[in-house]
Amino acid sequence: MSEVHDSGDIGQSLAYICEKHDREPRRLLQILIDVQESCGFVSSEAITVIAQSLGLPRVQVEGAAGFYSFLPLAPAGRYRVLFSDDVTDRMLGSQELMRHFCNRLWLEPGKVSEDQAASADFTSCTGMCDQGPAGLVNGWPVTRLNRERIDLIADLILDRVPVSHWPPMLFQVDDNIRRTGMLLGEAFEPGSAIRALRARGPGGPEAMMAELKTSRLRGRGGAGYSTADKWAHCRESPGTARYIVCNADEGEPGTFKDRVLLNSYADLVFEGMTVGARLMGCAKGFLYLRGEYRYLREKLERILARRRGEGLLGTGIAGEAGFDFDIEIHLGAGAYICGEESALIESLEGRRGRPRNRPPFPAAHGYLDQPTVVNNVETLAFVSMIALDGGKHFAGTGTGESSGSKILSISGDCARPGIYEYPFGTPVQEILDDCGAEEAYAVQVGGPSGVLVSWKEFGRRISFEDLPTAGAFTIFGRGRDILQAVQNYVHFFAHESCGFCTPCRVGTQLQKKIVEKIAGGHGTASDLEELKHLGHLMRTMSHCGLGHTAPNAVLDMLEKFPGAYEQKLGSLSFEPAFDLDAALETARRITGRDDPWAHLPRQP
Amino acid sequence: MGASAAAAIAGTITIDGKTVPFAEGQTIMDAALAAGVYIPHLCHNPEFKPHGSCKLCVVSVNGRNMTACTMPASANMVVANDVPELNEDRKALVQMLFVEGNHICPACEASGNCQLQAAGYHLGMQDPHFTHFYPPRRVDASHPDIFLDLNRCILCELCVRASRDIDGKNVFGISGRGMGAHLIVNSESGRLGDTNMAVTDKAAQVCPTGAILIKRKGYTIPIGQRTFDRQTLSQFQLERGKRTGSGHE
Repeated sequence: MSEVHDSGDIGQSLAYICEKHDREPRRLLQILIDVQESCGFVSSEAITVIAQSLGLPRVQVEGAAGFYSFLPLAPAGRYRVLFSDDVTDRMLGSQELMRHFCNRLWLEPGKVSEDQAASADFTSCTGMCDQGPAGLVNGWPVTRLNRERIDLIADLILDRVPVSHWPPMLFQVDDNIRRTGMLLGEAFEPGSAIRALRARGPGGPEAMMAELKTSRLRGRGGAGYSTADKWAHCRESPGTARYIVCNADEGEPGTFKDRVLLNSYADLVFEGMTVGARLMGCAKGFLYLRGEYRYLREKLERILARRRGEGLLGTGIAGEAGFDFDIEIHLGAGAYICGEESALIESLEGRRGRPRNRPPFPAAHGYLDQPTVVNNVETLAFVSMIALDGGKHFAGTGTGESSGSKILSISGDCARPGIYEYPFGTPVQEILDDCGAEEAYAVQVGGPSGVLVSWKEFGRRISFEDLPTAGAFTIFGRGRDILQAVQNYVHFFAHESCGFCTPCRVGTQLQKKIVEKIAGGHGTASDLEELKHLGHLMRTMSHCGLGHTAPNAVLDMLEKFPGAYEQKLGSLSFEPAFDLDAALETARRITGRDDPWAHLPRQP
Repeated sequence: MGASAAAAIAGTITIDGKTVPFAEGQTIMDAALAAGVYIPHLCHNPEFKPHGSCKLCVVSVNGRNMTACTMPASANMVVANDVPELNEDRKALVQMLFVEGNHICPACEASGNCQLQAAGYHLGMQDPHFTHFYPPRRVDASHPDIFLDLNRCILCELCVRASRDIDGKNVFGISGRGMGAHLIVNSESGRLGDTNMAVTDKAAQVCPTGAILIKRKGYTIPIGQRTFDRQTLSQFQLERGKRTGSGHE
């Protein structure tokens, strides 16, 4: 584990980092991540040095650094502790733990301690919902937090113990695979899918494309685009090079299946990429790994090295002359929007993760303007399976429009959170029974951008035609406050909006403010109308899927859970957004006085 | 994209029932401007590469919303543009831009020359509607000839594009994310005065609001005789479109 050190010669280490990346502008984000890991933050001086070294305008380097949450531009302490702010972390008491931690270390959330030792803050879901409350310490995941563990962490920090010397049990991450199916239940021999493709002879790639078509495999990242069509588009697009990208920027809160696939099924994923490379003629592939999963990097690098040694990557793969392909791991740095394929490509090129204008689509003009396919981790794992077992076998499972199985990340109020593989078409109720959710009241299917399902709809089925999902399945038991969950979601979108287009940048903020107003007991009927109005604007006017889906949970709550907000409405006519009594709070803090008579009475 | 006014017609689209020809490579906006059909816009300026961030130019194409300034025109598109539903949504977007920044028109020296203000008039905006954010934003007076007032920045990136693509200087960029997205300048101090920006740069002339102001010129043209005192936003933008054609790269 790397440590933040008080390096005497920053200039020298910066020069080393830039050289290590060949001073290549496309590797800017990787350079910034290395600088962050070695210096603890990205200083203004570092930005200038990097810009000069790479021959980039300084604004471009600063703009990229300023975009990603894990690249603080000011000192964040030798120990940067980030508490995962998924709704399930909250349900498990993360906010109380954060308070306790801050009290122990005399910290204020979001601020670095005066001795520059530590800082604490919240971060978007870290993908550990099955073993939360979770967090990150200097980028390394800590799980199953409780008061004892927080006390231990506080003591370790007070004793200035380097993170690399902390007890390994703090960092233990379990797979928690609870139900296997056609993918997770089968043993896979590395190289077998590539050999199966090879065994088909010269017409192999064509035949494999036909198998993909037969399989009716659709993208597992949520959008559900036909994989065969996407790949055919890329194959047919003219270009000097083609690229295949595995999207492991699993940022949708509540989703953690890709974490498990990469931890225990990486060969399936890499092999799927290699099969794709053979079909489309890609010489290079990328695994875009979200910053939260940085801890998996060394393990994945070892697997890639092993595969090179086995002749499954590199030149002349599996003995076929001219079949040259290799995979490079590219780290993200805390930006949900980079899960959007064109933003991901921008990020791969070292820039701010801003979704591109479409058309053109990445399959024709993607990475470096060349034909590029971006596929979800799970999709690529299924490609390996289809290469081995054929498309018909795959299509034999599932429903008419949703073939195969789906891996779900189940968390929240249930006895057995974890990874479950189900054939498409499985009803929600069956899943709830399996994971021990006895008193379920609502399920958020597909994360905050998905669908909020009420107990009346538990007969609905997981499928593209009914309940599409990238895999998140967050359960709320009876007695849970749906409004609080929705508040967490709107906060998430406001934090993760890239800020490019007006409706999403401003709309997510306005939505957050209004939901907070309602939760604070100041909402009115007109605020509900305003939420619908904002929802319409974001859905119809936004630049990309983030804005289009940001109002989903709010609109679902308005429609399905009137009880969650109706009692909280302050009045039915009007209440100002400005809370005069709350505004006096600052003055009370400054003066150190809080006179009971100097409060404004709340409306009854 | 390089389509000039003389380029061969590749096909036609209809906008609100009117048949509009387009040349290969033209966007819906290019074709509309060339035909004298007005689609409201703020971040678009035909002199520069299209951007697509303000979303005022969103039109309905065969029932689907699309951004006119970035969407290539293609044959038989049926475009709805000047319709009450879209204009209501556009007004809401302008209101959003007003409340997220600090736009105090009566005290702003760009008043009357400001396209954001003019868009408000064009769309019949009577009030800001949404709750004001009152964000703390920076004012930079370090440059001898240019004021930078981020209170009025709407993140259209016209200055970014002008400085990069025309001036070849990269004086401006965007940093931050979401509500924290903000204009930055190309100096370690973060001050405009420490960059190589000159008052003669194209980037100094393109701000649609009053975020970039030339010093000592604020009131040379009195209120009442300014751009939008004499013409409407649609007249101004259509004339500009005609003047520059679709000459952006």
